[in-house]
Amino acid sequence: MAATKTRTSSFSRNLPAASSAQSPEIKCGPNGTFFVSSGIPDLDKTLGGGIPLGSLVMVMEDSEAPHHMLLLRNFMSQGLVHKQPLLYASPSKDPRGFLDNKQDFSNEFDLRRPLDRHFYTTQHVDCISTHDLPNLAPLQERCTSFLSHFPRSDSNIVCTGRIAIQSLCAPQCENSSMEWEMLSFIRALKSTVRSANAVAIITFPSSLVSPSFCKRWQHLADCLVSVKAIPDEDKELAKLLTGYQDIVGFLNIHKVSRINTQVPAVLEATTLSIKLQKRRYLVLECLNQAPIDGSGGTSYGTSGSCSGSSSKSGSLNF
Amino acid sequence: MDSRARNLLDEALGLDQLTQLKPPLGGKAVLIEDCVETSGSFVLHQLIKRLLTAVPNSSNVVLFLAFANPFSHYDRILRKLGCNLGAQREKGRFIFVDMLNVECPVGEEGKAGGRSGLFALFANITKVLNALPESNRKCLTIVIDDVSLMEVAAHGSSDHVLDFLHYCHTLTSDYGCSLVTLNHEDIYSSMDGLVFLKQMEYAADVLVKVEPLATGLAADVHGQFDGLQMTVLNRGSLNNRMSNFQFRIKENSVEYFYPGARA
Repeated sequence: MAATKTRTSSFSRNLPAASSAQSPEIKCGPNGTFFVSSGIPDLDKTLGGGIPLGSLVMVMEDSEAPHHMLLLRNFMSQGLVHKQPLLYASPSKDPRGFLDNKQDFSNEFDLRRPLDRHFYTTQHVDCISTHDLPNLAPLQERCTSFLSHFPRSDSNIVCTGRIAIQSLCAPQCENSSMEWEMLSFIRALKSTVRSANAVAIITFPSSLVSPSFCKRWQHLADCLVSVKAIPDEDKELAKLLTGYQDIVGFLNIHKVSRINTQVPAVLEATTLSIKLQKRRYLVLECLNQAPIDGSGGTSYGTSGSCSGSSSKSGSLNF
Repeated sequence: MDSRARNLLDEALGLDQLTQLKPPLGGKAVLIEDCVETSGSFVLHQLIKRLLTAVPNSSNVVLFLAFANPFSHYDRILRKLGCNLGAQREKGRFIFVDMLNVECPVGEEGKAGGRSGLFALFANITKVLNALPESNRKCLTIVIDDVSLMEVAAHGSSDHVLDFLHYCHTLTSDYGCSLVTLNHEDIYSSMDGLVFLKQMEYAADVLVKVEPLATGLAADVHGQFDGLQMTVLNRGSLNNRMSNFQFRIKENSVEYFYPGARA
């Protein structure tokens, strides 16, 4: 047994102090990672506990529906609840205005309750508009200086930060055609986030990026999801899925963050339905196949146990 | 340790008996192609582990150009596989070049363009090579993870990246060292992108493709592996050896098996 100078044997666990600090916003994960919540409990569970610190999450938007905003909103709200500093970039001219409306702060994230203003103004929230930026250098500088407040160290995790970038390369921004620059920016952001106690989420309209660049973006992401709107009044789908009326869209998980491990994550279900329960609470559910009348049709995946709507499929239990 | 049975991956990569007499990859250029659904980085990990630990006291040196992940990531993974990268780094057997934050690779002073950055990187590699004793130069393996990010670092000048790779190939013929590169095949599926990938494939001696199963996700089988080893025999005839098998990746090992042969 070699007496190594700097490191103990490979069987020992170097658990940093944060794990015993019991801070609610950070959870210990496998392989020396720490999880922060995405703001959606169902998504946290599906991803294996949450989003690992140091990850870059990318969301491929559906240009026909703003469902990615649901994800962003929950992500940002969760950060504010846990008093985690936030940097929010959006193509609108007044990003802070978005935060002023429709925000919610109970952990249940009631999407209809109005903002509790004093709660939000005491946080460190930084906003930047990407609308008029001639190039991405100012955004990159803001991100780098924001992330410099959360250096990664093996000792106490004091504070974690969140970056939310909405609709990067949206066509209304001047800088949207500079594809290689976008890639450079994302690569730089990814490596800075990796070495910081932070998580970044970027949403982008994937249909507006050329296919090969879209693949490059996808490879850069640590965690990759896409959202898709559900067509209204689709009789085929209504026959196929239970609770069709409540579903607003689908969430597809393409890639799960694999920091510090080579083992791929094989999820039980990669397609989840996005529902607004009672028009207030965002839930993600595995797709439940409606009771079939024997006429076949495609099956969408496992019928995992879900709240409420599976009562009708009880008749299928053999 | 060195009498351990060769597994399917070793055969596919042409990792011959890892004795001290012969350089492990035989001065070949290996190209690993993967996609979003299935990552090929496990092949890199296995290769590094084989090169550094299969033969004790060997003179194998791995020069790792990392564009994708920091040292801590590889360190943790390799440690679970049974290889201590920190110790190997201290012994000078594992040289880690962190290119994550390097915008224009290894620019000399200030505003070097992508081209001169790659030029400086190549100069760095030759410096490492020349620092090794002459008899050991063929034991150097240059690993690049991954080439698509090198293109991003060079701000899209794929020609310069290709030039850089061709220069690295000349090292394999001049010094007998080996080159292992990882790239993402699905990025280059459009017509103009295809040229870049085809050039890399043409220059490679061993071509590895890692893909998901055609039938979709499975907990027991994580993907399939297609390997092609091209050797030119003395009279100029080509000897191609193909391998096709499936794999399952675990924390501390990877299982390889023929389709349907899983125990």
